[in-house]
Amino acid sequence: MALLEVRNLHVEFPLGRKTLQAIHGLSFALDKGERLGIVGESGAGKSVAAFSILKLIAKPGRIAAGEVIFDGRDLAKISDEEMRQIRGNRISMIFQDPMMTLNPVLTVGTQMVECLKAHRDISDAEAKRLAIAKLREVKIPSAEERFENYPHQLSGGMRQRVVIAIALLTDPAVIIADEPTTALDVTIQAEIMGLMLDLCRDHAVALMLITHDLAVVSQVTQKICVLYAGRLAEQGPTRSIITQPKHPYTQGLIKALPQQNEPGARLFQIPGTMPTLDDVPAGCAFHPRCAFADELCRREVPEPRPIGDHRVACHHAEKVASA
Amino acid sequence: MNRIRLFMDSDLVFRFGRDRVAQFSFALFLAFVIAAFAAPLIAPFDPYDPMQIDLMDSEIPPLWQDANTDPRFLFGTDAQGRDLLSTILYGTRISLIIGFCAVALQILIGVSIGLISGYVGGRIDSFFMRLADIQLSLSTLMVAIIASAVFKATFGTEIYGNVAILVLVLVIGIAEWPQYARTVRASVLAERSKEYVDAARVIGLPRWRIMIRHVLPNTLSPILVISTVQIANAIISEAALSFLGLGMPVNKPSLGSLISSGFEFIFSGSWWITVIPSLVLVALILSINLLGDWLRDVLNPRLYKD
Repeated sequence: MALLEVRNLHVEFPLGRKTLQAIHGLSFALDKGERLGIVGESGAGKSVAAFSILKLIAKPGRIAAGEVIFDGRDLAKISDEEMRQIRGNRISMIFQDPMMTLNPVLTVGTQMVECLKAHRDISDAEAKRLAIAKLREVKIPSAEERFENYPHQLSGGMRQRVVIAIALLTDPAVIIADEPTTALDVTIQAEIMGLMLDLCRDHAVALMLITHDLAVVSQVTQKICVLYAGRLAEQGPTRSIITQPKHPYTQGLIKALPQQNEPGARLFQIPGTMPTLDDVPAGCAFHPRCAFADELCRREVPEPRPIGDHRVACHHAEKVASA
Repeated sequence: MNRIRLFMDSDLVFRFGRDRVAQFSFALFLAFVIAAFAAPLIAPFDPYDPMQIDLMDSEIPPLWQDANTDPRFLFGTDAQGRDLLSTILYGTRISLIIGFCAVALQILIGVSIGLISGYVGGRIDSFFMRLADIQLSLSTLMVAIIASAVFKATFGTEIYGNVAILVLVLVIGIAEWPQYARTVRASVLAERSKEYVDAARVIGLPRWRIMIRHVLPNTLSPILVISTVQIANAIISEAALSFLGLGMPVNKPSLGSLISSGFEFIFSGSWWITVIPSLVLVALILSINLLGDWLRDVLNPRLYKD
């Protein structure tokens, strides 16, 4: 049985008279130590998916239907206190901007000890020892000194290392990383990504990596979910998604990567932009931007169906795959 | 030791060292506080001890006046023959105690309510904020006058005299809590949407802990700034109430009741009983307000003037 399994998740935001469907029927599974990438444009519902797993969706959003099974329990049904015991303990999360996620008025050490003491019944000295060990593990030099520092005394890359150390502190089973390297510059990005990959391998932690960077996903993950306007577009093993995409949107994303082009040639673009949630077109949400669209696409929403080892939500997937 | 060094290196200390007005007002304020709390040691007389008061000494002018002065009384005496200097020292002490305690009470009530309102939101927020609106629609002085008048009427002047300080602290403290509640709520609303709060929730910290350990410290600087204004206001409120005869009784005068008691004699030539305590009150309030202005400028980098 999978460690974390999301089944047919629906998340909606009631907004006045309308109700926005932020996530519509998302399903995926994550095994122990497995690494999954969630890919999509801004507003596709990636972060909402992450927050709904932890039951921290901003009000008035709510899980309308579906199950989030973790360790055999449905997280959508357990009490707030049980959920609190899982957050940061069994499932950790890493955010985009380490500048914002560390509290500016507390030292790194205070924040780490606090996290440990919220989940373990240990002494301050023991917590400090564990925290410093974790700081060493994420390759922070002179960890004892850094333990006493405030976040503003550290560099961006160092801060993200601290955030990763906090996420690993309680030896979680799953880490959800929401664009963990977007706020960092490119050289540091590679370092941090490499570090996360090593740590996840060493501790057999499952990683759910949310990003819009296909290059990163292809290097780190084993499985990919591509989201479009709150719905699943395509999911499958990373290698085959990258090399043989079967959904026109995935295909467009991969074609748009700079590596796929001749040097000096113009980059490929998917025409148009993703619809906002209050203005999703009828039928397939992608049809106004799709070269394969026909009458069927305008009329009927495609349900995800298995094609090879992928699951693809497209009426014309066979045609797209061979194109 | 490390913390002291950190403090001495801070921007606050650096800017204090370069600001003459701040240094002057801080020195003045400190002098008042020390003089007031050391009153039993430095005052030449004990104004609370009837044995030391002689009615024959009443209305003696200050030393620098030409006639009828007495070398024992630097600032002269009041209508009951109390040494004005000693009475002012003891009175300043009462004013300061009431000011500080009332503000402490305001902070206790206001900050807790503001924190809960801002963080929890929803109905609890609406309830407390409407309560604050109601409280603010009645002026502080009006609430205070009604409360002390009712208290005096129910328990009599005797008992009131004994617990006057407590009553004043309660009245002024309760009347002004919405100032804190509103300010804190506004900062909490701004802080709550920051990612470090999400991060703290994701770590699985309990709600009260996020409120007190994470959000509250980030709202401290506005609390600090309005505190200076509120202490000055509380001292003024107390003086005003005492002046109206609803504050400290005449046998335990604060600055306000001292000013009030001298007011009857101002036209008979004994101006000093009113004027000298008034000057002390003005100087005290001015020093606190100048300090508050300076603190606001330092804590809000957007207002840096130089």
